[in-house]
Formats: sequence, C-alpha cells, structure tokens
Amino acid sequence: MRARTARTLLGALAIVIALVWVFPVYWMVNSSLLPNVTLQSFIPTFLPFGGSLNNFTEALADGEFYAALGMSVSITLIAVFFCIIFAFLGAVAISRFRFRGRKSFIIAVLIVQMLPAEGLFIAQYKMVASVHLLDSVIGVSVIYIAAVVPFTIWMLRGFVAGVPADLEEAAMVDGLSRFGAFMRITFPLLAPGLVASGVYAFLQAWNEFTVALVLLPSEAAQTLPLWLRGFVQASATRETDWGQVMAASTLVAVPVIVFFLLVQGRLTSGLVSGAVKG
Amino acid sequence: MTALVDRRRKNRVPYLLLIPAIGILVIGMGYPLIWQVITSMQEYGLQQQFGKPAPFVFLDNYLELATNPQLWAVVGKSIAFCLITAVVTLAVGVLFALLMNAVGRTPRIILQISLLLAWSMPVVAAMTVWIWLFDRRRGAVNYLLDMIPGVDMNRFNWLESPTTFFIVASIIVIWMSVPFVAFSSFAGLTQVSEEVLEAAQLDGASARQRFFGIILPMIKPVIAIVFLLQIIWDLRVFTQITMLQDAGSKSSDFDLLGTYIYKLGTKSQDFGMASAVSILVLAITIALSWFYIRSLLKEDEQ
Repeated sequence: MRARTARTLLGALAIVIALVWVFPVYWMVNSSLLPNVTLQSFIPTFLPFGGSLNNFTEALADGEFYAALGMSVSITLIAVFFCIIFAFLGAVAISRFRFRGRKSFIIAVLIVQMLPAEGLFIAQYKMVASVHLLDSVIGVSVIYIAAVVPFTIWMLRGFVAGVPADLEEAAMVDGLSRFGAFMRITFPLLAPGLVASGVYAFLQAWNEFTVALVLLPSEAAQTLPLWLRGFVQASATRETDWGQVMAASTLVAVPVIVFFLLVQGRLTSGLVSGAVKG
Repeated sequence: MTALVDRRRKNRVPYLLLIPAIGILVIGMGYPLIWQVITSMQEYGLQQQFGKPAPFVFLDNYLELATNPQLWAVVGKSIAFCLITAVVTLAVGVLFALLMNAVGRTPRIILQISLLLAWSMPVVAAMTVWIWLFDRRRGAVNYLLDMIPGVDMNRFNWLESPTTFFIVASIIVIWMSVPFVAFSSFAGLTQVSEEVLEAAQLDGASARQRFFGIILPMIKPVIAIVFLLQIIWDLRVFTQITMLQDAGSKSSDFDLLGTYIYKLGTKSQDFGMASAVSILVLAITIALSWFYIRSLLKEDEQ
C-alpha cells in the first residue's frame, strides 16, 4: 500500500515536471496566437482564448521571411545532399576495408567532430572572404558540410557494419558483381541509416547560428535563425511585437520539431553508444 | 570483413572512397585551422586588413594573452559557467531518468514527450521565447515570481547585472541540455537487470544500497560520457550569450570565450589575438575530448 502511494506521488511529480519543462514551448505557441494588445498587458494571458492567426500573417507580410526561408532551404539542401554522399562513401571505406591509415583517419574524424565553430570562425571568415564568397550560399554550405560530415560518417559506419558482409558475398557467389552486390543487397538495407543521417544533417544546417552570423554579414542574405535574431535585436531599442516574434519562432521551430521526433532515438544512441553497449 | 577485400584493388578503393570526405574537411576545417595557427603567431590587426604584410611575432600573442587580466577573467567565467551548468544538468538529468524508471507508463510517456519537445526546439527560437519569458515588464517569470508572497520581482531586470545574466543563460542551457542527459541515462538504466536488483532486495539491500551498489556502477560509463560532452558543449555557448546580449548589454562583463573571440575578430579586427584565443579554446576542447574519443575508438575495435 505504501509503495503504491509513493508510486502515485512520483507519477504526479513526473507530470508536474513535464508541464514545467514544456512550458516555454507552450508559451511560444500561446503567445503567437494572442493579439499584441493582450500581450502588452502587465498580466500574462495563459490560455489563447480569442486567439487568431493574425501574428502569422503579419510576420509573413514583409518578404524577409521568404527570402530567409529561401536562403535556409538552399543551404540546407546542398549541405544535406553532399554530406550524405561524402559520408556514405567514407563510412563504406572505414567499415568495409582495412587499410593503412584507417585508424588515423578515424581519430582525425573524431577530433574534427569535437572542434567548436567558435574556435574556427575567425579563420573560416577570412578564408571565405578571400575567395569572395561572403553572403553566398556556397560559402556557408562548404563549412556546414565539413562540420557535419565527421559525425555523419561515424553514424553511418554503424549502419554499414550492421549489414553482414556475408550477404554480399552470397550475392557475388550467385553471379553479381561486387558493385552490383553492394547496390542490390547492402544499399537498400542502409536506407534507414541514410534517412537518419540526412535528418541529422538537416537539423544541424537548419538551426546553425554561429557560422551563419559570421559568413552572412549582409542583411539581404540571412538564414532563418539570423532573421529571427533580428527581431530580438530590435527589441532592445523599440517596443517588441512579441506576438509576431513568437509566430516567427513557431514557424522556424515546427519543421525542426517534426523531423527531430523522427530520429531522436538514433541520435541518442549514436552519441553514447560506446558507453551503453559496454 | 577482410574476406570481401579484393587483393588487387585493396590498396586503392578505400582511399578513393575517402577523397570527397577528406577534401571537404581539408577545405572547411584543415585550411582554416592551419591559417589560424600561423596567424596566431603574427601581428595581424587593422593595418594587415588593408594589405600591410603581417610580421611574425611567434609567441608574442600568447604571451600577451597570458598576461591579459581581461582574458583571464573571461576564461575563469567560462570555466565556472561551464562546470556549474554541466553539473546541474547532469544531476537534474539523472534524477529525471530515475524518475522515469520509477513511475508508471503514462506519467513516463508524458514526461518523455515534454522533454523531447524542449530538446527539439531550435536554439534561436528557444532564445526568443526565453527572452520573452524573462522580459522585465511583461515576462511571465517576473509575474509568477511576484505572486509569491514577500517576493518583489516586478520589473526586475535579469539582464542588468552579470550574475543574474549568467544565471538566466545557465537556466536556458540547462533546459535545453537536460533532455539528452535524461534520455541517455534512462537508456543506461534500462540495461540494469531486474533480476539482479530483485536478488539484492531479497538479500536485504536497502533502496539506497541498491542505488549506490548496483545501479550507479552500471550506469557510470554512460554518465561519464554524457558529462564530458556537456562540459565540452557548455564551454562553447555562443548563440545563447549573443542573443541575451542583444536583449541586454553588450559590455565585456557579459562575455564568455565565444563572444570574446567574436568581438576580438569583428570589432577590434585583431585577428592575431583572436586566433590565439581560438587556439586556446581548441586546445582545451581536444584535451577534454580525448577520453570521449578513446571510448568511441574502443567501440570501433569491437
């Protein structure tokens, strides 16, 4: 009986914590639906009764959102596309072959993966500026691919290693070429891994702020995170329209949340798998 | 695995496969890194921006850094911020994992969904919400705190003094990082065998003994890795500090290493010093990462 009460109390505690933790996300959506007059009041409104989508139409009204969206989509697509191809080839190399320099390459990849953008952005700025690619899609994309490829190789390596080489060999015995065996047998089995890595690369490129801030100094070439930051920057000098800011934040966040929920399991296990498997 | 390797082509194929990855890493990371090492040993300021050759000064930039009290203040603040934030994140995350393990299915799933939503928020969007929550006049945080009897938080400006500024920054970073710690630790907890725990209970081990004697040693590897990653990630907080400075003050009292380097490079145009500080950050990161990398390598060898 006592154990059961304790369990119920703990359950209630878990739900309270859940509500506290999700509150900022809820607050974003709630504020995005409320008119600015309501938000200007000194007493917060906790439920979006009488709300509307006006903030969304207003946030979208000036063309800047679409310009930033275009920029973000181009950079993200290029980064994801090349990252997947490069990482896939790299993952096949390290998980299907033993060769001289393999271990050094893996160590290099793991070290590069840990390097913070904050420790390299000055140099990356100078490099991109010297080839006149500031404010361009290409400049940022190249840095993003380089930043995301290491972890993607590491993630895909597990998937490639998970497909038994015996299967390929069996197909080769049945007369397929090595390349044919790989494409017909291994590649389809890798689809989930490729999707997971693609979504990982998407999240990194879509959310990235630091490198974009440095490499896209012009207001005309902003990605969505930079555009969103502009709202807060303005808030220091004038009265902020928080309803619009929250609508804008919701627009930026929703695709990310959807994709994130699809792959989070794999992300967690990828980062700590060494320790979990033990 | 080696069975597949065609002996004649053994030497070429893997290297060909690695060309694109190595190529992009050399362009995007390698070249900037080398440039940065060289520049950190040059006098590279405003005049060099306009084409004047940069004289080699070898370790002068580093010596200047070592004797610069402002830099040491920033390094000290960054390390304190990083350690406090990482420790609290770890403690809260592990407690949440234990809670998930102790409660029934429904509350557990509710908690997991809530954590997942917080985790998936893009950092810039999360920052706008938090700045709105901490808004001094109309923010929900001041409103709710003010309702507590005896607490006067009406119009309290959180971003005015460095202490409360960094408390807010820390709360935000903790909010965003706890889900990863909680899910990883929970994954570790589910590996702890029920039978062992039951056997220990039958043998008269108390809940406390079971936690410290069985559960903790079994999830220790996960916790160690997660803690290390938190330290590395919290050392490089940049977006959060930049955006809080947008809403508050840009004075150097509010800088951590990331924003300090950014200002050295963009405002003072002192690329030599900025490079030297960057190298310092990279060196600290690599030193800290080594244990993490070693544990991942062990996994590869299996």
